[in-house]
Parts: sequence; structure tokens; C-alpha cells
Amino acid sequence: MTTLAATQSPSRWWQSRVMRRFLSHRLALLGLLMISLLTLACVVGPYLLPYDSLYIDLRARFSPPLSGDHYLGTDPLGRDIAARLLMAGRISLLVGFFAMVLSILVGTLVGVIAGYRGGWISAVLMRTVDGFLSYPTIFLLLALAAALKPSPVMITVIIAVTSWMEVARIVEAEVRSLKEREFVLAGRMLGLGRSHIMFREILPNAMGPIIVAATLTVARAILLEAYISFLGFGIQPPLPSWGNMLNGAQQYLATAPWLAIIPGAAITIAVSSFNFIGDGLRDALDVRNDNI
Amino acid sequence: MPAFLLKRLIQSIVLLVIVSIIGFTVLNLIPGGPMAQYALDPGMTEADKARLAEQLGLNRPLLVQYFDWAWRLLQGDWGTSFRDGNPVLAVIGRHIFATFLLMGSSTVIAIAIGTWIGIRGATHRYSLFDYAATVGAMVALSIPTFWFGLIGIYVFSLKLGWLPAGNMYTIGDASVLDYLHHLIMPSVVLALVHIAIWSRYMRTATLDAISQEFVKTARAKGVSERRVLMKHVVGNALLPMITLAGVQLPSILTGALVTETVFTWPGMGRLFLDSLGYSDYPVVMGLLMFSAILTIAGNLIADIVVAVVDPRIRLA
Repeated sequence: MTTLAATQSPSRWWQSRVMRRFLSHRLALLGLLMISLLTLACVVGPYLLPYDSLYIDLRARFSPPLSGDHYLGTDPLGRDIAARLLMAGRISLLVGFFAMVLSILVGTLVGVIAGYRGGWISAVLMRTVDGFLSYPTIFLLLALAAALKPSPVMITVIIAVTSWMEVARIVEAEVRSLKEREFVLAGRMLGLGRSHIMFREILPNAMGPIIVAATLTVARAILLEAYISFLGFGIQPPLPSWGNMLNGAQQYLATAPWLAIIPGAAITIAVSSFNFIGDGLRDALDVRNDNI
Repeated sequence: MPAFLLKRLIQSIVLLVIVSIIGFTVLNLIPGGPMAQYALDPGMTEADKARLAEQLGLNRPLLVQYFDWAWRLLQGDWGTSFRDGNPVLAVIGRHIFATFLLMGSSTVIAIAIGTWIGIRGATHRYSLFDYAATVGAMVALSIPTFWFGLIGIYVFSLKLGWLPAGNMYTIGDASVLDYLHHLIMPSVVLALVHIAIWSRYMRTATLDAISQEFVKTARAKGVSERRVLMKHVVGNALLPMITLAGVQLPSILTGALVTETVFTWPGMGRLFLDSLGYSDYPVVMGLLMFSAILTIAGNLIADIVVAVVDPRIRLA
């Protein structure tokens, strides 16, 4: 694609057209800033706070935010919410990130093979994609989470199992159009192997849409983890995640609304940051605006 | 058109087969598989379990089991609920109305508001409204539905006391007005994400339609701007939206599950979660297959509607 040629032409990568366009996207910069701060807080924050995320203080149950040293208040067991929120952020962001990596790997593999090979291979792969997309994501996710033991690794895997299809569709369409281009023909005439053409020649040229899809998939994966953990089938306590911090918050809504408000706000900030960045990347990399 | 219909019908049947294979795989991933209900029964010895597995045909090759399962699915024999011994289809049937009521009203809200925002965004491109709608849609897509529901309950039920915090009707009242009163908050909560999606697609579709030649022709003929917009632009922009409505079905069902949980709405989503809690796998599997079939049927219907409404497809 032209975008990659453009990234290579200027002397420094941060002077490239893609970079300049991304940096002029204010919303994307805001997203980048928010997610950087949030990640930093989750990494170093727990060391700086006066309380451990598992320290139970029954005398300080249901302390509202900004009471004493409990900046965000405490939960029904008197545990510090700020400490729990940041530890939960580690889990939620890690699950979101690795679920994205897995989805992108599977989706790209399926998309490249289906797009390049065509014929019955493509038909079988893409109809499988359609099949997975026919299920409401949460139904499939919950059935799998209930059937398999919900460790963080397993949760990551099953989120990937229900998120690779969009990537496969995007990559398949991109590869299908790229394989008709001259450089692929040239590669064939040079006698390059099929996998060399697929993964060394075509794939690098399809990176734009994949990068955009990756960003949006992180957002989606964080949301999905929150959904199933909220419903009690995701990350299991005592390990905190933003979703399972909300599990049970509903019964204290009248007396301790901060239990519900704070983790939900963290999820919304993280997910919208990734969506903003994805939008900026889409503009910068000139990716067609097929989805939202 | 019959050729087109036949092709779509065959595609849908192929899709059904694939969906059933995925479903059968999930069924066999469940520990104990179809025998799950006896796994914790202290009265069952290993010999009993082996005999039962033999009777249920679970010692046959997986392929044979799959065809047997799929054949019973086709005949409407979806098994019986572990929990109350009723046929799965009857259990699902009892919960359909509540879910369809919620999905229907939220879809009406989403289409009405989303379409309006989309058209206005396209006709007032790059205005403050357009920019706010774009950012607003991205944020709306990032808010967890259940959290939005909790905030709604906190503000409108607990603080203001305007709307009920859950359930479909008040016991002892159950008038139409009472249903509507309970319906407002869950359907708005469920609609939020879809307002965002509809408004984005409608904006793109309207911009596409505005740049078409026939719009220029209509303007050149002196048709009033309002009439051009309502008849020529919106009419054409709405066509792809019918397809979108079909494509959105699984995501609406996902939203319905979460919304029903927060608002204790007695629909299929609530049933799904309760059944998971009781390890009532026949009902879980039934709902999984039912929702996939619903999606495939919804997409097929959407395509047929488009073919009927759009004269360009009828000619093809």
C-alpha cells in the first residue's frame, strides 16, 4: 500500500505522513495520553498506595471516597478501592492485550489463507467465520467460561475465540484485493513459495488495517472481560478485575454507589481510549471506514 | 429474484450446519458433556454411569452422536431441562415475549434517534453537532451496558424515584401503562450502543446517497431541498439499514442478556444466566442454538425485505 511506502520515505519515522496525521488527531492523542497514564498508574500505583489490595479492615467497611487515606473509599470488606482498582487494572489490561494478540494471530492466519487461496479453502474458513458471528458473543463466551475452569489464561483464550472473526474478515478482504497486484505476480514469476508470498510479500502490505483492528480489538476484549466477570463467570475473586469489582455492587447501590461508579468509569476510560486511538490510526493509515 | 432467494436460502442452510457443529463442540467441551447432571449425584455408581452412557448412546463415535443430536434438533426434540423437567423449547418459549418486547422497543428507540442523528450529521457535516455526535458515539460504544444500567437505576430509581429499578410489571397491577413504565429504562439502556451504531452507519449512508447523480438531477429539476432530502436521499440511505438491522441481531441479544440481568427482566438472557448457575446445560445449549438460528433467520429476512423493497435487486 502507499501508506507503507510513505512511512519509509522520510528521514525519520516520526516525521512520516502517518505520524503527522496521527499527531494531528486530537482525540487519538487524548486516548493515548489517558491509556498511558492509566497503564502507568496500574504498574506503579499499587506500590505507592498505603494499603494492599487484599488488606481487610472490617472497621473501615463502606468508607466513602476521600475519607482519610482511602482515596476512593472501601468495599464491603473494608478493602481499599484505589488499591483494588489498580491491581484490577493490571488484570483487565493484560487480559485485553493478550486476547487481542491471540485474536490477531488467528484472524490474520485465517484471513491470509482464505484471501490468498480462495476456492473451497476460503469457503470453509469464511463460512466458519460467519458461523461464529451468528452466535451472540456473550452467550458463547458464558457457555465456554462456565464449561471450562475460568483462570485468567483461559478467560483470555475464550475471549480470543469469540473475537478473531472480525479480524479474519478484514484481512481476507484486504488480501483478496492485494493478491491481484503486480508485485504478487512478480513474486510468483520469481518462483517464490506460496507461504513466502502470503506472509512476506502480501501480509506486510495489509498491516494498516490489522493495526487498526488490533487497537479496536483491545477495546472490545476489555469490555468482554468486564461483561463476563460482572456476571460472575470471568476472573474469580480474590483476584480483582474491573468487571468482578462491579459484581455485587448492585445490591449496595443505594448505600455505597461508589462501588459501582468507580470501576465502571475505569472501564469506560480504558475502552474509549483504545477506540479513540483506533479512530486516529484509521485516519492516519488511510484505512477504509467499513466499521464504525 | 427467485434465483437470488434460492442462493440465500442455501447459504443459510449451510450456515445452520456450521453453527450446529460449533454448538455440538461446545456441548462436548462441558465437563461430563451430556452426562453433566449425574456427575455430582452420590447415588450413581460408575457402573450406573457407564450403563446410562450406553443407553444414551454416548459410547458411539462422535460423528454418529452429532447426526443423532442434529436430527433431534430438527425434529424439535431439544431435550428436557435438568431443573424442572420441562421440554427445552417450552422453557424458552415462556421467556421469548419478555426479550422480544425489550428488543423491539429498544430497536425502535435506536432507529428513531440514530437515524435522526445520522441524517443531521451528514447534512451538517463538520458542524459542532456532527463532531459531538462522532465523539459521543465512540464513548457510547465504550460504556459497559450493565454499568450504564446501574447508573440509570441510581439516578432515576434511587435518587429521583421516577422509574422502577427492575422487573417487567408490578405484581397485582400489570396494566399496559405499568409494563411501559417498567420498559422505559431497560430499553433506553439497551438502545444506547445501537443509537451509536445506527447514527454512524446512517451518516455514511446519507453522505453516499447525497453524492449520487439522481440527487443532482432532482435538485436540477427544482425539487425542494427538503423533498430531495426526505424522498431521494433518506429513502436510499435507509435501504442498507435494513441489512444492518439483521446483522445487529446477535449484538442486540448480547445487550439484552446483560440488560435483563441488571433489571431482573424475565427474558431469555436472564434464563440463560440462571440456567448456567444451575448447570442446566440442555437449556443453555437450547438458548445458544436458538439465538444462532434467530440470527440466521433474521439476516435472511432482512435480505428478502431489501430484495422486495429495492427495484434494482429485483431486476438482477
